[in-house]
Amino acid sequence: MKFTWFNLMPWPHLPDDFREQNRSVWVDIPSTLYDPRRGHHVYHEYMDQLEYAESLGFDGIGVNEHHQNGYGLMPSPNIIAAGLARRTSKAALCVIGNSIALYNPPIRVAEEFAMLDVLSGGRLVAGFPVGTSMDTNFCYGQIPSLTRDKYREAHELIMRAWAEDEPFAFDGKYNQLRYVNCWPKPIQRPHPPIYIPGGGSIETWDFCLDHDYNYSYLSFFGYLRAKSLMDGYWNRVAARKKDESPYRAAFAQIICVADTDQEAEALYAEHVLYFFNRCLHVFPPFADPPGYRTINTIKYGALSQMRAEAQKILQNLTWKQIVDERFVIAGSPETVRQQLEECVKGLHVGHLFCLFHNGNMPDWKTRHSTKLFAERVMPKLRDLWPDWSHDDRWWIKPMEDRLRPSALPRVGAGDAIGTRPAGAPRP
Amino acid sequence: MKARAIETRRGIRCRVFEAGSGAPLVFFHGAGGLLRDNPFLDDLATRHHVLAPEWPGYGESTGEELLEDMLDFALHGWDVVDALGLRQPHLLGHSMGGMIAAEMACLAPHDVSRLVLASAAGLWLDEHPIPDLFAALPFEIPGLLFADAGKGAALLTGGLDLNDMEALKDFYIGNARRLGMAGKILFPIPNRRLSKRLYRLAAPTLVLWGAEDRLIPPVYARRWAELCPGATVEILPDAGHMLPYERPEAFASAVSRFLS
Repeated sequence: MKFTWFNLMPWPHLPDDFREQNRSVWVDIPSTLYDPRRGHHVYHEYMDQLEYAESLGFDGIGVNEHHQNGYGLMPSPNIIAAGLARRTSKAALCVIGNSIALYNPPIRVAEEFAMLDVLSGGRLVAGFPVGTSMDTNFCYGQIPSLTRDKYREAHELIMRAWAEDEPFAFDGKYNQLRYVNCWPKPIQRPHPPIYIPGGGSIETWDFCLDHDYNYSYLSFFGYLRAKSLMDGYWNRVAARKKDESPYRAAFAQIICVADTDQEAEALYAEHVLYFFNRCLHVFPPFADPPGYRTINTIKYGALSQMRAEAQKILQNLTWKQIVDERFVIAGSPETVRQQLEECVKGLHVGHLFCLFHNGNMPDWKTRHSTKLFAERVMPKLRDLWPDWSHDDRWWIKPMEDRLRPSALPRVGAGDAIGTRPAGAPRP
Repeated sequence: MKARAIETRRGIRCRVFEAGSGAPLVFFHGAGGLLRDNPFLDDLATRHHVLAPEWPGYGESTGEELLEDMLDFALHGWDVVDALGLRQPHLLGHSMGGMIAAEMACLAPHDVSRLVLASAAGLWLDEHPIPDLFAALPFEIPGLLFADAGKGAALLTGGLDLNDMEALKDFYIGNARRLGMAGKILFPIPNRRLSKRLYRLAAPTLVLWGAEDRLIPPVYARRWAELCPGATVEILPDAGHMLPYERPEAFASAVSRFLS
C-alpha cells in the first residue's frame, strides 16, 4: 500500500451561519469572508503539516486545484508543491492535479510540472483532472459540452511536449502553436506517473485504460458509497483485459484516529461536521450544467456528489451518521485499521489519499491523528497486496543523487561567501 | 403540422415541421426547443408557408457533434434553407434562434426577405446582465421565461407527469442534450460578437419583445434597434421571454403585419 497525506486546504474561518447566509461555498462565495492576513497563517500551517507527514513516513503528500472555493485554497497547487519541494526529500509530490482544459495554452502545465519534477529530483505525481463544473465552467468560463474535447486536446499537447525531442507545430482546435518546445523536461521518463481524478464519468475509465494511467476516485462520501462505482471501474478493467493491479486505482478517505472511539468523536466531530456542513455546501446547479456530463454518463446513473440529492444528505448530518455510513473512518487505531482494510480490499485500491485535516481542525489535532495513524495503523496495512508488491508502474522514480537546499549562512560569518576561490580565473 | 426529415449537404439529419402555403417563413426555435404545442406556428401557417426546423441536439435532429461555434450554427441554418429548396425566405428567430437568424443575415444579407428577431439572444449590456440560465434552479425557470410563471410552468412541462420517474429522467436527459448544445453559443455569456457584424443587415427587420421579459429585458430590444439598420421595434404587453407561447395570437399577428 502507498499512503499519501492530502490537504484540501479549507478556509477554517467560515462563520457558524455560513449555510444559512450563503447559497454556495464555491463559485460565488463572498470574498469578504477571506482574510489575507489570516490566510498567511493558514498556508504555512497546512504546508508544515504536509512536510510533517513526510517525516512520519507517508509515501506521498498531496495537493489539488480549485477556484473560488472555500474548502480549497489552492487555485495554483503548483505554487504549494514548489514550496514543499524544498523542505522535503523523499515523499512523492502528488499534484492531483492541474485542470488542463483551463490553461491557455496548456503547454504551461507541461512546463510547470517539468519544473516541479526537476526541482524535486523526480518526485512528481502529475494529476490531470477534467475539472469540476464549478471550477471549469462557472469559474473559468469553459463551455460545458466542449470541456472534454478541450481536455483531450490539452492532454495530447502536454504528452507530446514531454515526449518529443525536437520543436514541433501543434495545429489543435483550441490551441495553435507553431513551436512547441518544452524546456525544461521532466526527470522521470517518459513522463511522471499520471493520475486521473474522476468523479464518476464513465468516459474517464476508458481514458485511463487507454493510456495505463491511475484512476483516482476522490469522493468525500466514503468507501461504502464508492463500491458500486469502483466495481464499475474494475469491470471495465477486466473487459479491457488489463491486469488487476490495485495500483491502477486510488481512493480518497477521510480518517480520524484517537486513542479510543469515544475520544475520536470528542476530538474531531466538530471539525468533520464543519467540513460536511459548510465546506460541501454547494449550490446544486453549479454541479451539473447541461452538457458537462455526457449523455452516456447520465444514463449510467453516476451522479455528481454535489447535486441536489447529495445536498439533502448534508443537511443535519450527525457524527453518528457519517461514521456509521463510513463517510469518515474514525476511532481507535484498531477500529481504523479494520475499517480501512475493508475499504482498501473492498475497492481494490493500492493508493490511499488520506484526509486527516478536516474543515477547521486545529494543527495539534491534525498532527495527533496523523501520528497515531503513522505509528499504529499504517504499518499493519502496508502489505495488503503481497502479489503486487513490486508493481511500481504508478509510482515515482526519483533520481539517486538528489540535493537538499544548502544551509543559509549565519549573519556575520560570511566573509568567505561570495569571494573567488583560490585559483579561479579572473575575468 | 407535418413533420419531415431532411439531410443537409454537411450530412446533418433534421426534423422540420411544416404547414401552410405562401411566402416561405422559417422559424428558428430557442434554447429550450419547440414545446409540445406550438399554436403560434399554426396561426402563422394560415397566412404563410411555415417551416420550423429543429436544431441538432433537439427532438429528432442529430449531428450535434458537427456544430461547435457560432459560424457552424449560422452555416447550418443556411444549409437547412438550401435543403428545403427555399429562395429568399423570411427568417423568424426566437431567443437563441434569433441570435442565429441575425448571424445568418449578416453572412448573407441579400438572401433574406424579411427578418424578425423575437426576444433575441446575442447581445450583452454590462449594465443589464442576463440571468444565468445554466445555473438556474428548475423552479426559478418559469418565472424567468414567462410573465405568468404559473401558466408558464404548465406549458414548459407539456403535460409531463412529474411523478413518473422514467418520464422525468427522459426530460432531464433531453434538457441536458438541448442546453448542452445551446451552451456552445450561449455559455458563459451569450455574446459571440454579433454586434460588430449587424451593420451588414439589408433586409427590413422587426425587433419583437415581451414587455415583461425577465430573462433578456426589453432594454435589449432598444439595443438591437440601434445596431440593426432601419429596424422597427414592437413591444407586446403581458408577455415575457416566451412571448410566442404566452401570447400566440398577438405574436403571430405582429409578425404577419410586418411581413405583409
